[in-house]
Amino acid sequence: MSSTIDFNQYPDNSGHFGPYGGRFVSETLMHALDELEANYARLKADPELQAEFDRDLAHYVGRPSPLYHAERWSRETGGAQIYLKREDLNHTGAHKINNTIGQALLAKYSGKTRIIAETGAGQHGVASATVCARLGLECHVYMGEEDVRRQALNVYRMKLLGATVHPVSSGSRTLKDAMNEAMRDWVTNVDNTFYIIGTCAGPHPYPELVRNFQSVIGREARTQCLEMTGKLPDALVACVGGGSNAIGLFHPMLGDESVAMYGVEAGGHGVETGEHAAPLTVGVPGVLHGNRTYLMEDEDGQIIETHSVSAGLDYPGVGPEHAWLKDQGRVEYVTIDDDEALVAFRKLTQIEGIMPALESSHALAYAEKLAATMSPEQIVLVNLSGRGDKDILTVAEIDGITV
Amino acid sequence: MNRIGKKLQALKDDGRKALVTYIVAGDPTPETTVPAMHALVAAGADILEIGVPFSDPMAEGPVIQLAHERALKHGTSLRDTLNMVAEFRQQDADTPVILMGYANPIEKMGYDGFATAAKSAGVDGVLTVDLPPEEASEFTDVLRAQQLENIFLIAPTTTIERQRAIASQAGGFIYYVSLKGVTGAGHLDIASVEQKLTEIRSLTELPICVGFGIKDGATAKAASAPASGAVVGSAIVSAMANAEDGKYDSIPTIISDIVSEIRASLDS
Ligand SMILES: Cc1ncc(COP(=O)(O)O)c(C=O)c1O
Repeated sequence: MSSTIDFNQYPDNSGHFGPYGGRFVSETLMHALDELEANYARLKADPELQAEFDRDLAHYVGRPSPLYHAERWSRETGGAQIYLKREDLNHTGAHKINNTIGQALLAKYSGKTRIIAETGAGQHGVASATVCARLGLECHVYMGEEDVRRQALNVYRMKLLGATVHPVSSGSRTLKDAMNEAMRDWVTNVDNTFYIIGTCAGPHPYPELVRNFQSVIGREARTQCLEMTGKLPDALVACVGGGSNAIGLFHPMLGDESVAMYGVEAGGHGVETGEHAAPLTVGVPGVLHGNRTYLMEDEDGQIIETHSVSAGLDYPGVGPEHAWLKDQGRVEYVTIDDDEALVAFRKLTQIEGIMPALESSHALAYAEKLAATMSPEQIVLVNLSGRGDKDILTVAEIDGITV
Repeated sequence: MNRIGKKLQALKDDGRKALVTYIVAGDPTPETTVPAMHALVAAGADILEIGVPFSDPMAEGPVIQLAHERALKHGTSLRDTLNMVAEFRQQDADTPVILMGYANPIEKMGYDGFATAAKSAGVDGVLTVDLPPEEASEFTDVLRAQQLENIFLIAPTTTIERQRAIASQAGGFIYYVSLKGVTGAGHLDIASVEQKLTEIRSLTELPICVGFGIKDGATAKAASAPASGAVVGSAIVSAMANAEDGKYDSIPTIISDIVSEIRASLDS
């Protein structure tokens, strides 16, 4: 299957990954997307911008992030060796900053002075606010009212960083509605505004450029794994909200046929309950937020509300490249429910002294299951996409504790 | 030529401007929509644009977003919307009806199934906000096979090359979005509208109607002066929303008041 596909050839010139992706937006934004595509084509070859990106990743984000052998956890699991790609150690505490720095530099080199972003868990909002503070750009973050409540710490962080946080009260008041509202802002302020999308979804060229900025994760992990173990990992595991940390880890190794890949969606209360956020597992292809991809929708084509204990996975769509990789059979998409993720959250905290984000905990829970079926000579490499500080209040609430 | 073309030609021959009105199917309740459509026509609307409720109406301002939410509270679907048009057609065989909505409900029904159902319900044209010409060619072909017009938006940001691509697929009329913004925004700039319309007219013979940001007779008259007509949406939808609390019997009167004023201004 995979050997005949050159994964670097996608998206095609019109921004499609097979039938997925594309550009489904209202006419007012089409020119802005054409312009972004042209600017990106020009700037990705610009040595000055590239040098600035590399410098920022090294000295501001703290890259390369370590690859950590979770020996104690591997031993307890009794199967494959589990390695963690420590994106939680990045500045601001998650992988989101890799993409945010890249897009903010595009904004700067394109002469845009006003930044907008949507956010779910708040990690992308914080990363955007952070980069804007540093570059002196005006920053507006759209966030669903429900998420503003769940992620109060991150809301305050954004405000401290000088961003304006706009709570969104329409629809289901979560990430998808924040994205709608960001699109509306962009349509209105298209002349001076750059929209920093936080995941590998949205209209072309966003899925491509977010993937490219996040691919530093997989490039580093591949090299580090070879250096540390002398071989490639047998399996990669990453959680999938919109899919940016997963595609960042997977993409540089898609051509390595021996590497199995697992994207972990949020099973919420269990896929059978309908209360989850697993479009690749049980959704169908449709059109939302500028791209064709797998969606959670009802029989009338209305987008339905999702549920996950982790705000960053609470999204009814997914990046179009994942939709395509699923159809190609190159990546397997699975689910982990809320309870399993919470168990993994506690386990990693207690066994390794690393508190993972609830999003990443989904990947960890699946990695543990997978590793248990493998032999100790094998390697499972998990993307630890973020740290769990932001989730302490959520976990405390579940424990019935007021902090 | 279907009903849209005939109507616009007749208005042109009379030296009058077209009044295109927008309401959302099922807002505030499913029972109010067909009477509202008749009231719009009685008060002087020439073409009816019916919004198909969608959970994520990305291009809409707050007024129309809320209308979509009210309609969805009653579960108004694309199929329900088509049934409403069919019911309207039992008493009105002449007024053109356009559906305005988003791609996903149509994709869910399937292009062929939708086009056949829309044709038999008596729909004349379809405007899919998030289906630009790059993604629309298959849909345009399917619609054409049923003599349905695919209506496209042109925006202030649309380049000449894009205008050309749009003109090659567009039917019925060109819907010129008068401003950079969502529906219901308030910053209409008439001078820039005039300039853009001159550009568009050099590329297509299709009539042009101007919409977004038109809130009353005066703005309708100004915006439609260089065009064939004006589209009014948020002003009507927000007036209708004032009839909430169950007093839905008053909706036809509310519509009559606001639409007659705009009609009179356009004809003055
Ligand atoms: C730590 C962390 N991991 C994962 C995600 C999910 O996003 P994506 O699937 O784009 O990586 C988020 C989103 O907020 C996050 O904060």
